[in-house]
Amino acid sequence: MGPSVNASLLVMAVTIYLVRALPLTLLRKEIRNPFIRSFLFYVPYVSLSVMTFPAILSATASWRSGLAGFVAAVVIAWVDGNLFRVSIGACIAVFFMELWI
Amino acid sequence: MKKETREWFLKGMRAGIPIGMGYFAVAFTLGIAAREAGMALWQSGFMSAAMLASAGQFAGIGAIEAGAGFLEIAVTQVVVNLRYLLMSSALSQKVRRDAPFFHRFFMAYGVTDEIFAVSMGVEGKLTPSFVYGAASTAAPGWVAGTVMGTFMGMVIPARAMSAMGVALYGMFLAIVVPPSKKDRVIAGVVLISMAASAAFTKLPGLRGISSGFQIIILTILLSGVAAALFPVKEEKGGRQNGAFCECKPVGDGGDDLFG
Repeated sequence: MGPSVNASLLVMAVTIYLVRALPLTLLRKEIRNPFIRSFLFYVPYVSLSVMTFPAILSATASWRSGLAGFVAAVVIAWVDGNLFRVSIGACIAVFFMELWI
Repeated sequence: MKKETREWFLKGMRAGIPIGMGYFAVAFTLGIAAREAGMALWQSGFMSAAMLASAGQFAGIGAIEAGAGFLEIAVTQVVVNLRYLLMSSALSQKVRRDAPFFHRFFMAYGVTDEIFAVSMGVEGKLTPSFVYGAASTAAPGWVAGTVMGTFMGMVIPARAMSAMGVALYGMFLAIVVPPSKKDRVIAGVVLISMAASAAFTKLPGLRGISSGFQIIILTILLSGVAAALFPVKEEKGGRQNGAFCECKPVGDGGDDLFG
């Protein structure tokens, strides 16, 4: 029998919070180093892209509906760009693709 | 509340709605895992409300089931959630300079993949109330999904889960695609990132690496290469660090992205 579940949950919560809070609170000054600035500029593009593909293909019941959601999201994001419409568009594409296949 | 603060909060709430929807769908599996580990409803609910961390929570449930000690649990959480260190660093430069310490501390609560995405998508500097707004509509979806998963011990119908779960990926694409239209370097970075990530999931040797580590390795590697080859020039107007979205998505900018 390990330590109590409640205590373990607290340890988890505090640890995760620290991982998130430390950079935000410690890096308060504007970073001047051009390399680090550029690096942080690219971080969201790389991390979000890496997390999206190919994971989206296995996020739904079939890779085909995942692909449909991916294509729909890219097209709507390209022509429209509105976050809400892109998300909902992807959902609708997946839904109909799954009805069809 | 100042008018500007309230407006940012409302924008955040709107951005958080599709996030909450996607969270609701994917949190069911988490709730089921919590149930199987013997957690009570309030425990799984507390866990999700306090952590908003999918992979971290799964890892934590596994550790608790295995009777792991506190140190082991803490180390596992640092490893599994390491990408938030990078995201939080990027956010630290995006937050407006006059944001006081306690706002920087409390907005850390909302550093999830998705809220990070929409926060970086804000035009110009980030106001903490945007993050609070997004968390206020996204987190309830996460908690409700977890608790219902624990309560029912089963997921919602596959079709609904597929359709709602994909909202989160749509969100990521809504953030990376519009700037790619205007900037070839960003477009290249996005394409190469996706290709590299696909290679990591397929190639023998590489596919053994856990997805959390894949994200960190690729983010550090590719952002580093991009920064070395294409340093961001500040005088060039829009592409400043932090002003991630010069991507006025058609119409009037930020408003439209979250409209």
